[in-house]
Amino acid sequence: MAVCVAVIAKENYPLYIRSVPTENELKFHYMVHTSLDVVDEKISAMGKALVDQRELYLGLLYPTEDYKVYGYVTNSKVKFVMVVDSSNTALRDNEIRSVSMFRKLHNSYTDVMCNPFYNPGDRIQSRAFDGMVTSMMIQVC
Amino acid sequence: MEAAAGGLCGSGPPLLLSEGEQQCYSELFARCAGASGGGPGPGPPEAARAAPGATTAAAGPVADLFRASQLPAETLHQITELCGAKRVGYFGLTQFYVALKLIAAAQSGLPVRIESIKCELPLPRFMMSKTDAEIRFGNTAELHGTKVQIPYLITEKNTFKRIDDEDKQETQSPSMSPLASPPSSPPHYQRVPLSHGYSKLRSSTEQMHSAPYEARQPLVPPEGPSSGGPGAKPPRHQASLIRSFSVERELQDNSTSYPDEPWRITEEQREYYVNQFRSLQPDPSSFISGSVAKNFFTKSKLSIPELSYIWELSDADCDGALTLPEFCAAFHLIVARKNGYPLPEGLPPTLQPEYLQAAFPKPKWECALFDSYSESVPANQQPRDLNRMEKLSIKDMADFPVPTQDVTGDDKQALKSATDEALPKDMSEDSATPKDSNSLKARPRSRSYSSTSIEEAMKRGEDPPTPPPRPQKTHSRASSLDLNKVFQPSVPASKSGLLPPPPALPPRPCPSQSEQASEAEVHPQLNRAPSQAAESSPTKKEIAYSQPPSKPIRRKFRPENQATENQEPSTIVSGPAPVATVKTHPAVQKQSSKQKKAIQTAIRKNKEANAVLARLNSELQQQLKEVHQERIALENQLEQLRPVTVL
Repeated sequence: MAVCVAVIAKENYPLYIRSVPTENELKFHYMVHTSLDVVDEKISAMGKALVDQRELYLGLLYPTEDYKVYGYVTNSKVKFVMVVDSSNTALRDNEIRSVSMFRKLHNSYTDVMCNPFYNPGDRIQSRAFDGMVTSMMIQVC
Repeated sequence: MEAAAGGLCGSGPPLLLSEGEQQCYSELFARCAGASGGGPGPGPPEAARAAPGATTAAAGPVADLFRASQLPAETLHQITELCGAKRVGYFGLTQFYVALKLIAAAQSGLPVRIESIKCELPLPRFMMSKTDAEIRFGNTAELHGTKVQIPYLITEKNTFKRIDDEDKQETQSPSMSPLASPPSSPPHYQRVPLSHGYSKLRSSTEQMHSAPYEARQPLVPPEGPSSGGPGAKPPRHQASLIRSFSVERELQDNSTSYPDEPWRITEEQREYYVNQFRSLQPDPSSFISGSVAKNFFTKSKLSIPELSYIWELSDADCDGALTLPEFCAAFHLIVARKNGYPLPEGLPPTLQPEYLQAAFPKPKWECALFDSYSESVPANQQPRDLNRMEKLSIKDMADFPVPTQDVTGDDKQALKSATDEALPKDMSEDSATPKDSNSLKARPRSRSYSSTSIEEAMKRGEDPPTPPPRPQKTHSRASSLDLNKVFQPSVPASKSGLLPPPPALPPRPCPSQSEQASEAEVHPQLNRAPSQAAESSPTKKEIAYSQPPSKPIRRKFRPENQATENQEPSTIVSGPAPVATVKTHPAVQKQSSKQKKAIQTAIRKNKEANAVLARLNSELQQQLKEVHQERIALENQLEQLRPVTVL
């Protein structure tokens, strides 16, 4: 369902960013970048309750003319940003979908973390992670 | 396996050959031996009977013959192993006859065991698609092909003692050296599954790399058609090869459900992996942590992304740790990768943890589990593995009570256990068993020894005033090495023990003073009774801790290590001296030999203690890292909890 998926590290640099249509990738990069401000805003507003799953999911960050951007933050301040096509109505029940999709992202991310050869802060090059993201993105079309 | 073969060939059961068998076998032997002469002499029957004492049959024609028997290659290798050719390095008369008998047994459907040849068997059938002249011709070409092939195989694995090319093998440097800390006993069959298809291909050197690469890509054995590709062989040889190979392939497919040979782990490889696992983690039912595995696999000099990918493939449950089957799968993948195999997209079925656990259960430690596993083992492997594993399990069960008696580390008992070690070694038929039972005995002995010494030391460490909480943590850690059931629960307990800050440390005497004092104290002990060298090491540790330094963990272990190391040379030095002076002359020699044994035992024990301590150290380092991470997480939380001041 997603058009673009990005994993941002705590220091706000991307660990992984991938979009479905290969054109206009830069636009997606920009969108993700701007969404980081929104994410930070939401985090700071949240305060103490970060352990709850609901708070991990930030919900719709902001809508643009064509796209919606959803955010999710983990306990270690790693952010997942997902850009979804607005015309895609299958994501109406966005809470469940996004929660499930972000949950999958989070699980895959922890699997990548568990790999001792992965240094936190490196770009994510795990093929399993790639596969999972592809499966999420292919669902769009 | 080799001891088994040795036992067989040395004083094994007499081969009962009927007259027909005798005739057939001697004919075959002469044919192989005659062809090995390289010259034009084929093996006519009269020459065969006239020269039954031909020394050896070359492995080329012998291998050919075996393949003509249409048995799967694994069986053939097993037969080769069992008959002792691997051990002695050539096919002597005995080995050849035994091999033929085993072939007959295998062809009749009996499991390939030594006992099988004792019963009445039909003659082995060989698909003799070649005449004698062809054999001769084909053999020389094959020999050439074999020799040409060997360098590739050697650069591949290099550790396989191929019968006909041992000298070549030894000249090359092992490719496994980074990984293989005991390179002296690399698995002989490491080559086998990986290049299983290659032995069939017999391609020329330059095509070896490309053809196997292509052949390996689909990971299926379409090696029949691809063997037709490289055309550097005499055509009729090729034709016969293809024919025999296709038949073999059918047999193979019938017998095994997994055609991806390079991803199958053989018994020898499995043992090698298990030993490596044990060197990293004493308990095979526990797992290796990520950092330990990372350090270990990094030695293989593969690139980090590849290692990362291999880890992804092998760590099925993604828990950041490798259990024994996962470790074997990872090791096997690394080995495969180092030998040029592309990494698979997904974990091959033969490397799945469930498959590995079922096919190669951990019988050395858990015989009860083995019974439940035996049903799930695939039928074709079952007779082979069952028999072997049964032997292992029964023997190991018998071996277990022996070492556990020698817990205290007394020298006399150690000597006795050494002799007990020798006994099961003679009894065993599998060469794997003595190796494993040795390590098996070494493990419980070292663990129990370490438990007594370290626990005593720890207890002593807690006697002095104001002990810091850390020794308690190490105490639980040390004991957790032995009580592996405690391993898991002790970890969170130890972590919580770290959080409260340690109390103020009282002033402590200089450690060198303490060591000197303890050494001085130990010396009279040594002078008194050199045979109590092993006992004095725990004593020495106790003395070191009776000085009330409530030191952090590392200090505690360093004096221990230093104490151990200091004690070793002092033992050696002071040992013989007091012996010569104190004892009277007639008893000197007896004493010195006894002394030597005692010293060696002491050295061994100290080495084991060192190994244990090194393991402890690495585990503690790991813990330290985890604690650091925890600390970072906590600091993060603290940051968030703090009210936002800057907006």
